[in-house]
Amino acid sequence: MLHTVNKSPFDHNTLETCLRFAKQGSAVLLIEDGVYAAARETAVAKQVQDALKSVSIYALKSDLEARGMQNRVMDGIQLVDYAGFVDLVVAHNTVQSWV
Amino acid sequence: MTDETGGGVAKKFLYVNRKAPYGTIYALESLEVVLIGAAFEQDVSVAFIGDGVYQLAKGQDTKGLAVKNFSPAFGALEDYDVNKLYVDRESLLARGLNEGDLLVPVKVVSASEMAEIMDGQDVILSF
Amino acid sequence: MKFGILVNEGPYTHEASDTAYQFAKAVLEKGHEIFRVFFYHDGVNNGTRLTVPPQDERNIVRCWSELAEKHQLDLVICIAAAQRRGLMDAAEAKRHGKDAHNIAPGFRISGLGQLIEAGIQADRLVVFGG
Repeated sequence: MLHTVNKSPFDHNTLETCLRFAKQGSAVLLIEDGVYAAARETAVAKQVQDALKSVSIYALKSDLEARGMQNRVMDGIQLVDYAGFVDLVVAHNTVQSWV
Repeated sequence: MTDETGGGVAKKFLYVNRKAPYGTIYALESLEVVLIGAAFEQDVSVAFIGDGVYQLAKGQDTKGLAVKNFSPAFGALEDYDVNKLYVDRESLLARGLNEGDLLVPVKVVSASEMAEIMDGQDVILSF
Repeated sequence: MKFGILVNEGPYTHEASDTAYQFAKAVLEKGHEIFRVFFYHDGVNNGTRLTVPPQDERNIVRCWSELAEKHQLDLVICIAAAQRRGLMDAAEAKRHGKDAHNIAPGFRISGLGQLIEAGIQADRLVVFGG
């Protein structure tokens, strides 16, 4: 499954909730304000790094750039553009948007 | 066998509710989708996670708000053959609720059970 | 593949409509098909003809109208959500005795069944919300 998260992890528990239900081997795509979770050295960085052990995490490049976070992305998170977003949706049977 | 929309085998639809009722319209309008969707004879499940569990709380009395109390409609879901209601145990506990506080019969599940349920779905609608 | 898209928020206040639009464009650029874009909750406000955003800002409603025209997209606004929020086409306005209608080109008003149908007919349904 592909999960999308569009809320900041500091403002909402959306990412935390998503990770609670994301099965091993699934993919999580951070979009919109959700991309803040991709940044290094934040209060949620450890949680995100732990999650990387069981799920793949991607971040939408244009949302990172808009927010000035493009040079702060932690290792292990893959950046995608909208074409990559589409590819992720195609590659997974279902998409769950955590809105 | 095809239905009026030209579909074949019924798809598994999951509606995910994570928001409390009345503070926003998402709970009400998501229930409207479930009720309309019931006519399409798909395989429907409804999940209540986070503040979504509050949608099922007993004793909702909205007279003071002059807003429609739509919680009785959850009781009608069974008549529409929507009877797979899953509630996240952790969300209930965090809110000091138990199964007895809920309006309708539900299946209270763990996160890993819910993850399995979600994984088997074809279409997931979140509001 | 055939895609269904659900947009749950209105233009500007949330990023959802922008993200959905960029996603829709990328879907088409990759050669896939969009079965339907369904607008629900405040998402119905993406279909108002009366929007006048600042000149130097993107015109979200026009973006959707033009994308629909270019690719013959089916943009559907939920009738129940639209009635609550004051989005009307000419027929609805007449039916309810309203003195105006405000739906933008390329959009049509219809029932929630259209969303369910999109879920049934599409290979992938993607939700964009607030």
